Amino acid sequence: MKQKTDVLQGTLALMVLKTLDVLGSLHGYGIARRIEQISGDLLAVNQGTLYPLLLKLEQEGVIASEWGASENNRRARFYRLTREGRKQLQVETQDWEQTAAIIGRFFAAKAEDLS
Amino acid sequence: MKSLRRFLTRGLNFATRRAHDERLREEIEEHIALQTTENIRAGLSPIEARRQAILKFGGMEGVREEYRAERGLLFIENLLRDVVFAFRMLRKSPGFTAVAVVTLAFAIGANAVVFSVLNALILHPLHVPQSESLYGIQHGNEASSYQSYPDYLDLRDRNRSFDDLAAYDAAQVGLDNGENTARAWVLLASGNYFDELRLQPFLGRFFHASDEHGANSAPYIVLAYDYWHTHFQDDFGVVGRTVQVNKHPYTVIGVAPPRFHGTLVFFNPAFFVPLVDQEQVEGMNELNARGKRWVFMTMGHLKAGVTPAQAVADLNSIGSYLEKTYPKDDDQRTFTLARPSLYGDYLGKPVRTFMTGLMLLAGLILLAACANLGSLFAARAADRSREVALRLALGASRGRILRQLFTEALLLSLMGGTVGIWGSVALLRSLSVWQPFSRWPIQLPVNPDAYVYGVALLLTLASGFLFGAVPVRQVLHTDPYEIIKSGSIARVGSRFIVRDLALVVQIAICAVLVTSSMVAVRGLLRSLHSNFGFEPRNVLLADTDLTMTGYRGDSVPPMQKRMIEAVESIPGVKSVGLSDWAPLVSGGERGADVFTDVSADLKPSNAAADAFTFSISPEYFDAAGTALLSGRAFTWHDGKNAPPVAVINQEFARKVFGSSTSATGRYFKRSDGTRIQVVGVVEDGKYDRVTEDPRPAMFLPILQSPSTQTYLAVRSDREPGQLAAAVRIAVRRLDAGLPLYIGPWHKEMDTALFASRIAAMALGVMGVVGAMLSVTGIFGMAAYSVSKRLKELGIRMALGAQRREVLQAALGRAFKLLAVGSAAGLLLGILASRVLAFVVYSATPSDPLVLAGVVLAMASLGLLAAWIPAQRALSIDPALLLREE
Repeated sequence: MKQKTDVLQGTLALMVLKTLDVLGSLHGYGIARRIEQISGDLLAVNQGTLYPLLLKLEQEGVIASEWGASENNRRARFYRLTREGRKQLQVETQDWEQTAAIIGRFFAAKAEDLS
Repeated sequence: MKSLRRFLTRGLNFATRRAHDERLREEIEEHIALQTTENIRAGLSPIEARRQAILKFGGMEGVREEYRAERGLLFIENLLRDVVFAFRMLRKSPGFTAVAVVTLAFAIGANAVVFSVLNALILHPLHVPQSESLYGIQHGNEASSYQSYPDYLDLRDRNRSFDDLAAYDAAQVGLDNGENTARAWVLLASGNYFDELRLQPFLGRFFHASDEHGANSAPYIVLAYDYWHTHFQDDFGVVGRTVQVNKHPYTVIGVAPPRFHGTLVFFNPAFFVPLVDQEQVEGMNELNARGKRWVFMTMGHLKAGVTPAQAVADLNSIGSYLEKTYPKDDDQRTFTLARPSLYGDYLGKPVRTFMTGLMLLAGLILLAACANLGSLFAARAADRSREVALRLALGASRGRILRQLFTEALLLSLMGGTVGIWGSVALLRSLSVWQPFSRWPIQLPVNPDAYVYGVALLLTLASGFLFGAVPVRQVLHTDPYEIIKSGSIARVGSRFIVRDLALVVQIAICAVLVTSSMVAVRGLLRSLHSNFGFEPRNVLLADTDLTMTGYRGDSVPPMQKRMIEAVESIPGVKSVGLSDWAPLVSGGERGADVFTDVSADLKPSNAAADAFTFSISPEYFDAAGTALLSGRAFTWHDGKNAPPVAVINQEFARKVFGSSTSATGRYFKRSDGTRIQVVGVVEDGKYDRVTEDPRPAMFLPILQSPSTQTYLAVRSDREPGQLAAAVRIAVRRLDAGLPLYIGPWHKEMDTALFASRIAAMALGVMGVVGAMLSVTGIFGMAAYSVSKRLKELGIRMALGAQRREVLQAALGRAFKLLAVGSAAGLLLGILASRVLAFVVYSATPSDPLVLAGVVLAMASLGLLAAWIPAQRALSIDPALLLREE
C-alpha cells in the first residue's frame, strides 16, 4: 500500500481556505473531515496539526472564529473566511494554478518538443 | 505588516494564555467527540471508536506545544521560566550568590570608575563642538607649548593649516566686586578664542578679535558659568556690571555656556579676559617681547582636509622662518600637535599611560573575577550533575539546559553589575565635586555619561557570558546513564582541568595587582621622606601677588621688605624668607637660558644650561632650610646699584663650571648679556615635581630681579593655626586689601605629590580588590575540593592518616596552584611596574621589600582562604561519614 502523503503546511493552509470558501462557517472537525473527503483519503491529515494552523491563520487575519453549537449541540469553535482571506485565497489560487500549469506542461513535453 | 500583526497578537496572547489553553482543550475534546460519534456510526464499539479517534488526531502534546508556540512568544515565556528558576536556585545558595554579587560589583564598579575617568579626561574631555579637529601646538623637542606673543601672532597669521589660532594663558587676579577683594583664577584668551572654539554665550556676548586694539584695550570679562552661579547668584542682570580686576575697572559682557570650563580639562577658571590686557592682569606687558614665552597654549581647528602631518610641516616652515628672522630670540623651532585638553603631551602622555595601565588592571580584575566565578560555577555545575543528568534523561535538550545555566550567570552578573554601577556613580559624583587643592581651581569632571553606562552594561553582560561559559563543556559531556548509575562521584585525578587553569590565571592577575600596588605605595612613602633640598616642616607659606592691590615698579620692594619685617617681629618666628616662587608649590616652568662667561653669541642653542630661576630675599635659605655649601647668601646690600650676583645650586655649577667646588666667585651670562657673579652654592633640590631629575637652578636677589609674586616662608615652632592668624594680622596692618593664602608648606606641596598620591591610592584600591578576589577564588577552590573528597578523606582518616597528610591531600593542590600563580603574577607585576615609574616617584620593582611583601601577602591570603576548608577537612568524623553513604 502506498504511504499517505504528508501534507505540506502551505498546501494545507490553502485547502483550509478553499474549504471555508466553499462551505462557509465550519468547525475544526468539519474542516478536517472535508479535506479528508475531497482528497479521497489520500491526504490523511494528522488531524491535530490543523489547530495550530487555524490559530496561525486567525492571527494573520485571513480567518475569524467564534463559538457556536455543533451538530450534537455542544459548544464548538466555528471558523469563517474574512474579506482579507478571500483576497488571499484568490491570489494563492492563481499562483497555484500557474505553478500547476507550468509543471503540467513540463511533464507533457516530449523529447521532440524540446529539440 | 502581517508579521507585525502576528507579533502583536502574540504579545496579547502571552498576557492571556490561560484562556487560550482552555480554548484548545475544548476544541480538541469536541473534535474527538465528533470523530467518535462518526466512528460509532461506522460500526465500531464505543471504546474502540474513541481509541481510533484519538489515534487519528495524533500526538496531543505535540499539537498543544505547537499551538502554544504558534500562539505566544515562546522565547520570552521560556526565558521568564528560566529567570524564575534561576532566582530560586540562587536563593537556595545565598552564600554563593552573595560572594558572586560582591565580587562582580567590585570588579564592574572598578571598571566603571576607571573608564569614566578615562572617558572624561581622554576620550571626551572638552565640551566644544567638533573637538576632534581641535589641536594644540606644542614644541617639537619637549612636551610644552609656551609661546611668546609675537611668535603666536606669526604662527596665527602665517599658517595655512588652521581655521584660526587661538591662544590663552592662566593667571591669578584680585577681583573686587565692590565689597571685597578675592583671589580668582582667570584665563587670558585671545580675542578669537570663543569664535575659534565655535561657542555661543549663555548670556550677553563674548569678546572677539575685533575688540583687540593693542595693550589693555579690551577691559571685558566673560564669566564662567559655575562662577556666575556661585559668586553672582545666577544674576541675569550681571551683563554690563563693572568690577575691579587688580584695581582696574572691567565690564562683565557675558557668561560662558554651562559645561565649558576653558580648554584645560581639570582647570576651572572663574572668568575669561582678553589676552591683550596682560599688563593689567598679570602685572607685566610682554606683548612685544619675542623672547618671553609666557602664552600657555595656542590651538585651533585644522582646516577640512588638512592632516596633522601637513599642519606640522607647515608650522615647522614658519618655525625656520622665525629662527632665521629673529636669531637672537628664537632658536630652532619645531612643532608637534597634541590634544589641548591635558596641556598636550606634558600631562597628556603620563595621564594617558597611567589611565591605560589602570584600565588594563581594571580589565584584569574583571577577568580574574570571571575566572573566579567561572570556577565556582563549574563546581556548582558538577554538584548539580545529578539534576542535569535527570533532566537530560527526561528529554530536555542540552541547549535548553545550557540556556538555563546562562540565564543564571547573566542574572548574577546583572545583579552584580547593578550594585557595582550604583556604587561607582556615587564615587564618581563625589570625585567630581572634590577639590583636591585649595590653591588651585582644580576639579576632575568625571561624572558618568551615556558612554560609561553603556560600557558598564556591556562589560556586565560580557562577563556573565564569560563565566557562564566555563561549565559548558562539562554539561555537554554529561552522560546521564553513567551519573545516575554511579551517583555523584568526583573523579579525583591529577588531570589538569580548565578550572585549575582559571584559578592559576586568577591568582596570577591578583599577584600582579598586589605587586603594582605595593610598588606604588612604597614609592609614595619614599617620596614623602626624600630630600627636597629644603625642609618644608615647621614652615608656613604665606603668598600673595602685589599687583592685585595695585603695587607696581618701585613700590614693590619696599612693601615686600616691610612685610618681611612685620612677620619677623611676630613672637616665636625664627626666620622669614621671601621668594617669588615656592618649590613644589607654585607649579609651572621657570627656565631661563644661561651662558658661560666666554660665550659671545647668546643664541638659545649656545646656552650652557636652562636654569630654574628664583628671586629671593637674603634670609630665604635659612627659612627654607636649604643648606649653603660654600660662599655666602645675599644681603640687603645686593641691590639695584650693586654688581649683579647669584647663588646657584650644585647642578648649575656642574653644568656651567664643571665642578661645584670652584664655582664661587666666577661669572656667567644671562641671555640679555648681563654678567653675573656667583657668590654661593647651595644643595640641589626638587623644584617642580618630586620625580624630576636634578636641575640647574639660580637664585637672584629680589632687589636685583624684582617680582610682585610674593611667597613668605615663615619658620617657627609655633602651632600653624595660631601663627597663620598672627601673620594675617601683621600683613593686614600693612595693607588691609591684600588677599593672602596661608598654609603649612608640606600641606601646600599636595599639588606636587598629587599624581603619586592618586596613583598610589588607585593602585592600592586595585590591590585590595585583587587580594579579595584571590581570597574568594582560593576559598572556593579549596572548599570545593574538600567537599568533593570528604568520603576519600574519611576513609584515609579511618585507615589512620595523620592530620598533616589529610591537609596535604585536601589542600595540596590548591597551594600548588597558588604558588604557580603567584610566581607568574610576581614576574608580570615586576614588568608592569616599569610603567609605574612614569608617575610614581622611585618606583623600583626589584625592591626586595616589595618582593618579600608580595610573597608574604599572597601566602597569607592563601592561608586565610584555605583556613575554613582546612578546618572542615580536619573535623571529619570518618565513622559518621561512612555510615551516611
